[in-house]
Amino acid sequence: MVDNLGAMASVVELRGARKRFGEVEAVKGVDLTIGAGELVALLGPNGAGKTTSIALMLGLRQPTGGQALLFGLEPNDRRARSRCGVMLQESGTTGMLTVRELVDLFRAYYPSPLPADRAIALAGLEAKAGARAGTLSGGERQRLYFALAVCGDPEALFLDEPTVGMDVETRRGVLESIRALSAAGKTIVLTTHYLEEADLLAHRIVVIDHGVVIADATPREIKARIPSKRVNFRAESAVGDATFQGLPVQNLEIADHRVHLLSNEPEVVLRALFERGVGVRDLEVTGADLEEAFLSLTKRG
Amino acid sequence: MTTPAAAPLLRMLLAQTKSELLIRWRVPAFSVTNLVLPIVFFTFFGLPIAHLRSADGVSIGAYLLASFGAYAVGNVMVYGFGIGVANERGMKIDRLMRASPLPPYVFMLAKVLTALLFALLALVLLIGFGIVVGGIRETPIIWATVIARLLAGSLPFIGLGFAIGYWSGPNAAPAVANLIYLPLSFASGLFVPLSQLPQFIQNIAPFLPSYHYAQLGWSAIGAGHESLGVSLVWLGGYSALFLALALRFYRREERAKFA
Repeated sequence: MVDNLGAMASVVELRGARKRFGEVEAVKGVDLTIGAGELVALLGPNGAGKTTSIALMLGLRQPTGGQALLFGLEPNDRRARSRCGVMLQESGTTGMLTVRELVDLFRAYYPSPLPADRAIALAGLEAKAGARAGTLSGGERQRLYFALAVCGDPEALFLDEPTVGMDVETRRGVLESIRALSAAGKTIVLTTHYLEEADLLAHRIVVIDHGVVIADATPREIKARIPSKRVNFRAESAVGDATFQGLPVQNLEIADHRVHLLSNEPEVVLRALFERGVGVRDLEVTGADLEEAFLSLTKRG
Repeated sequence: MTTPAAAPLLRMLLAQTKSELLIRWRVPAFSVTNLVLPIVFFTFFGLPIAHLRSADGVSIGAYLLASFGAYAVGNVMVYGFGIGVANERGMKIDRLMRASPLPPYVFMLAKVLTALLFALLALVLLIGFGIVVGGIRETPIIWATVIARLLAGSLPFIGLGFAIGYWSGPNAAPAVANLIYLPLSFASGLFVPLSQLPQFIQNIAPFLPSYHYAQLGWSAIGAGHESLGVSLVWLGGYSALFLALALRFYRREERAKFA
């Protein structure tokens, strides 16, 4: 449901947004528009500028350049805030109130909140509703923050690394809730450094590295651009860059006869090498870690 | 049907105040220190001489109840805000609050309301103890005047508490609060009547906020050393000073965390 207030505006609008902390520029000119109903994952390695971008969207930080708008308003505007639920890294809550008391408190901040039981159930915290926040485990605490984010029934949810510290089971439950909220029409912006998580959930992945957007596309397109496998082997004869001419490889490193590379199609690469008469020993093919994959994206960008 | 753009502020304020009350009640460092400590001090310093009267006929018991009442309210404010705010900063509660639709001034106002309610409770318990255990008698009007004045005049200590809370870290705050508030109370004659303190302390006392604050209670039982107007001017000045300091430290924090 959209009222007149900012009905025409997008949910999030960053226009050339920059943020400098002393010597370090964490966000270096990000343009990003997120419309109502989108489920967007901000993906990037640690320190890429994802959290700072979220902080700019929410008015927790003031841009040193450019502009940030939330529902077409200044992000600090209470009318904009009242339409957002937020789950932050590096934030806390009192340990002296119970899960239910905290959910009830946060419900009072919003014009038309969910019933408390519903919010607690979305976070899978039914069994802990009467427990004080201070007694919760790390994963339960994350779920409490999730409950606090959703309890106001806001139109938009901002979830900074929502599944950090959760075990596999609870992570699945929370991802399920996020998907259900998205299906119900909520706008969801989440950050993650798991490509898999972004792929599983998002309609759109925005890859951020070194404070700039280096890709903004569907999960399928992003995956095609990110090399997913690391290949290591020892060549039996001398090889050089020319040996790999025209093959789908990235981040090629050759030292003596040891070869390291990233590729989306390791089978194609290996077949071509055999055809070119390159003997391969000590072959290893492993999943590339995301940090490496990002490096290759940054180099191409 | 259109939904309102934001939740009513009064509903936020009530929910926030209720939560703050529960927290204060559940943290013994606050509830015990705020409610029990003044009674313990009064038992040691006040009860043994509570039945005496001064040369001009003032009940020493009532005088000391007013003194310890002043100590108790300042205690609620300085410790509650000093340690409470420093702790919340340490736990990064402020970050989640900042991202929520709760306006910062409602957050602050709920803390002040909670502190006033706790201070009222501390005064009722202390004075009730003095009446029941110490047999101290004054008219209900006088007790009500003491309570109302001490609550209304507590602004400098709210400012001092906020200043400590925004200035010191969570580990240092209890020490800072003690180092400032205990000597201040002692040197203002809140524990032992000024006339029994060394001369140099008697010379310093008229410059201290807690001295003028205690006058509000002392004058209500006919034992003040200065007119109400003079007390209020001093308290107003100290309020301005401490609130300015609190604002300065608050802004420093804002710049570091949310600029």
